[in-house]
Amino acid sequence: MKTTPLHQAHLALGAKMVPFAGYEMPIQYTSITSEHLAVRGLAGMFDVSHMGEFWIRGPGALEFLQYATLNDVAKLKVGRAQYSMLPNERGGLVDDIYIYRTGESEYLMVVNAANIEKDWAHLNALTQGFEVQLENASDFFGLIAVQGPHAVARLQKLTDTDLSSHKKNDTFMGKLAGKWVRFARTGYTGEDGYEVFVAPDEARVVWEALLAAEVTPCGLGARDTLRLEAGFPLYGHELTDETNPLCTPFSWVVKGHKAFHGKQALLQSPCARRLVGLQVEGGIPREGYRVLKGGQVVGTLTSGTHSPILKKGIGMAYIASELAEVGTPLEVEIRGRMAGATVVEMPFVRL
Amino acid sequence: MNYPSELKYTQSHEWVRLEGDVAVVGITDFAQDALGDVVFVELPPVGKTAEAGATVAVVESVKTASDIYAPVAGEIIEVNSALADKPELLNQSPYGEGWLFKMKVNPADVAGLLSAADYQAVAESQ
Repeated sequence: MKTTPLHQAHLALGAKMVPFAGYEMPIQYTSITSEHLAVRGLAGMFDVSHMGEFWIRGPGALEFLQYATLNDVAKLKVGRAQYSMLPNERGGLVDDIYIYRTGESEYLMVVNAANIEKDWAHLNALTQGFEVQLENASDFFGLIAVQGPHAVARLQKLTDTDLSSHKKNDTFMGKLAGKWVRFARTGYTGEDGYEVFVAPDEARVVWEALLAAEVTPCGLGARDTLRLEAGFPLYGHELTDETNPLCTPFSWVVKGHKAFHGKQALLQSPCARRLVGLQVEGGIPREGYRVLKGGQVVGTLTSGTHSPILKKGIGMAYIASELAEVGTPLEVEIRGRMAGATVVEMPFVRL
Repeated sequence: MNYPSELKYTQSHEWVRLEGDVAVVGITDFAQDALGDVVFVELPPVGKTAEAGATVAVVESVKTASDIYAPVAGEIIEVNSALADKPELLNQSPYGEGWLFKMKVNPADVAGLLSAADYQAVAESQ
């Protein structure tokens, strides 16, 4: 089992550790609900050092990324970032990713921990004909996500760089707690905040400084409930090798005006089912539960949990396209019992 | 972790307090800690009869759903209706306000369950 540079820090805080994507990771320090509410109300931080980082460099870097990803990389100025996806040749997805333009012809791609090897092989196989060098730098970064309405103020106490003047999706270098880091105003909770890329042997210093600045340590449990409330997909659940992103609320990522890998297959496959948000009464929906309409199975939950803000069951499901309209009443089968469900807008909570 | 010595226990982490021929049933401190924040409890209908080991309730935490089994055979005669609005009582007071249901039982059946020391050994080996 691999560990992150902050492993000892988690043990020192008494975190409950679980295996995740080949890493031993903290699922919670105190309780998922209290950590969730810390991020929605004040400021929390997550060790996400398990995520993968690839450098893409060279005169053909832009051209290569335009082909290998779905969003329009040409829109990225130096110091800006975007959410994107890696399409496969069948119109499905290899991964969902974030791309940071760090220089004229230098980009940093952040990928899901569980997909590092798959993505690395996939991207390398696509480089032929492009003037581009790829470097798997996954082991050379610690990554701490600091999130919440007070996250920027707490971070500001530890740096001379003005953090408030930067916009969402900006990225830049600066010193934090005396260490050089890359700041990125991005995240996976629906709250304001920064993600901080730091050298592995300096991650602990930054983590301890953030603890001292009263940022609440939060585990993967709260990370999942927060991203679900915010309506963000998780690869392996909402997005898979078989998922057409055009059948999801994230279809905006697909930029049809450019050429990309697998474009024809992606644009031609019809959406028999669409991804929607469901609010459930009287029970907690879970991944794999069936969605029904008038006794007929019409879909399947890909994620589900209890929303600490709504105090209700929420989930995402692929359901028959004709039932995907907001307000459609459905049922979710919870251990043989039918619970009422409604198709709702995402995010589930006001952010 | 707390294992009150006056209670009886099951391998599946329920506790039982015998009051005459009524067994009060809940989940142990160990179980609530493993589950994390309890957010929903599904209780059986009063009057339901259950064999020992039958699924009679479900406790859902943020993380997962966990079946609760009848520790011994009997009839459900009361459920803890306070849990509908305050499922967190299971975390806050697993042996007190967080009890789940009461069953009418044969007291001799309860005598055959685990002692606190035996249950502690089971729990801590997991």
